[in-house]
Amino acid sequence: MNRLDNLFSHKKKDTLAIYFTAGFPKLNDTRRILLELDAAGTDIIEIGMPFSDPLADGSTIQASSQKALGNGMSLKLLFEQLKDIRQETEIPIVLMGYINPVMVFGVEAFCKKCQEIGIDGLILPDLPLWEFNNNYKSIFEKYGIHAIFLVTPQTSDERVRILDAASSGFLYAVSVSTTTGSSGRFNKEQESYFKRLSNLKLNNPILVGFGIAESKNFKIANKYLNGGVVGSAFIRAIEKEESVDGFIKSLRG
Amino acid sequence: MKTEKIAIDKRGYYGEFGGAYVPEMLHANVKELQDCYLEVLADPAFQKEFRSLLKNYVGRPTPLYFAKRLSAKYDTQIYLKREDLCHTGAHKINNTIGQILLAQRLGKKRIIAETGAGQHGVATATVCALMGLECIVYMGKLDIERQAPNVARMKMLGATVVPALSGNMTLKDATNEAIRDWLSNPSDTHYIIGSVVGPHPYPDLVAKLQAVISEEILEQLPEQTGRKLPDAVMACVGGGSNAAGAFYHFINEPSVQLIAAEAAGLGVHSGETAATIALGKPGVLHGSRSYLIQTDDGQVVEPYSISAGLDYPGVGPLHAHLAATKRAKYFPVTDEEALKAVVELSRLEGIIPALETAHALALLREIKFKKEEIVVICLSGRGDKDLETYMKYLM
Ligand SMILES: Cc1ncc(COP(=O)(O)O)c(C=O)c1O
Repeated sequence: MNRLDNLFSHKKKDTLAIYFTAGFPKLNDTRRILLELDAAGTDIIEIGMPFSDPLADGSTIQASSQKALGNGMSLKLLFEQLKDIRQETEIPIVLMGYINPVMVFGVEAFCKKCQEIGIDGLILPDLPLWEFNNNYKSIFEKYGIHAIFLVTPQTSDERVRILDAASSGFLYAVSVSTTTGSSGRFNKEQESYFKRLSNLKLNNPILVGFGIAESKNFKIANKYLNGGVVGSAFIRAIEKEESVDGFIKSLRG
Repeated sequence: MKTEKIAIDKRGYYGEFGGAYVPEMLHANVKELQDCYLEVLADPAFQKEFRSLLKNYVGRPTPLYFAKRLSAKYDTQIYLKREDLCHTGAHKINNTIGQILLAQRLGKKRIIAETGAGQHGVATATVCALMGLECIVYMGKLDIERQAPNVARMKMLGATVVPALSGNMTLKDATNEAIRDWLSNPSDTHYIIGSVVGPHPYPDLVAKLQAVISEEILEQLPEQTGRKLPDAVMACVGGGSNAAGAFYHFINEPSVQLIAAEAAGLGVHSGETAATIALGKPGVLHGSRSYLIQTDDGQVVEPYSISAGLDYPGVGPLHAHLAATKRAKYFPVTDEEALKAVVELSRLEGIIPALETAHALALLREIKFKKEEIVVICLSGRGDKDLETYMKYLM
């Protein structure tokens, strides 16, 4: 069974996913950070595959991606770093990144590698739904990789349902239409958007991402939906060499 | 207006190139444009306004000028399509006039743009002043330095110029920042892209707005030469909008050679280049699939050219398609060759071209035409913005 499905079969609330950039701050930190997050009680690991031109990312993830690429990070190396990861942990792992490096690697070769290693899902924000459905869906299914799509406050109910139908594992609710790394307390508008999503009674669990830096927003996400994703705030924490365990504890409040 | 010259499918593909690779944050905006652009372009009220502004504000039609001394030097018949005489000094304003009218119809209040050479930024700031709309232009920090006169013009016109600080701080990085702005302001903002790049429908929209260039050539050439068609049309290619406009009505005329110059920087294999068609492999950047200069891992390689407007690692999907199907030919031109062509045109014809344009002119040394052949070169812009670079070169 896909580990995401396994997780959500028993966990309905307070799901915490943490994003970090592969190869950052040091080239070979990927595995260490993953295992520390697992030990600290993270539910889902989201590994960012660095790209030279990350259009949907704010300054923190842009900088971590740049640093990782400068360190020599690549998809080949990422797969190498994760080769035996399933001997150590059964935590669900999702890869997130931009479509170009994946296309250049070859989508089928990429999904096959993911299956060999035990990757559970993929988030490719600039892969359009139409391209996915027509060209890649069958490949993802063949290798048992869940495709996770984004919805935003601007996404109509009708389209949310379409994206939910295309997704498996979970649906990613972007809290506000912007790049990653935004901050500020979730407001009434966002709360009513979360409520709207919740009322749609979708097939997939929903995790809120973009804009969760501390426990307050994580709590609001949990109030309406299944949990949240934290990225930029975690990257800033590891850059300052803060304890991973302490970071997770404070998020969980 | 004859517009359906280029086969593009419903998803915005020219053959295998194009599409709309945008994150969900931009889905609604891009879909809105896809759904309305053909209807707006075909609307007689839009056409009337567009045509009237092109005539009375931009100064169209631009002359098709027989360059006598240049022709004598290269022993062929060279005609220059004088886009440098457009208001603001380049072809870029053909597109911004059309897009500002589109933005008004969509009820957008805030306009953003990216710019390399600053010509598109100036053309956008100009139409925003004309229509009383807020204008924010993203420009790489290096380009702000090397195209200072255009930065001053944008400021005079009331635009805000925001420096892009990532990558090599050039056109690619400015485009990244513009897209990030757009996805953060999806409801009130229209993004006026400056070339035939970006997600569908931009490549087709911009090509159709620039098609006025070849439409006029078709009218002017018979009057001056008695010939219906030229033997060749040449243009420079950054993203490829002036070339798309100059080629547009000739694409289905197989007797017309379509020839383009891309920026080779210090040389195609120097590692300091922007020769996308020579070096690129299929890839996705800025919302469409096209040729892209990239590493074996699919990371975009930072480009280089002395010309800010051509200093870009991608190219519009239409050009990728024309290159892949061999309908058009693309030649790399180095910084040095372009600078020589600047001096040559200045001294032979009394016209100082932009650095971008000079890449197209430099092809005259590479490609031999017959004496009676008619070659139309798109003189995409004037060189005022580049005078500082030219002075250094002359020293
Ligand atoms: C005068 C001039 N020509 C050409 C270009 C290149 O753009 P495109 O390839 O879209 O025509 C620029 C871009 O800044 C320009 O200013």
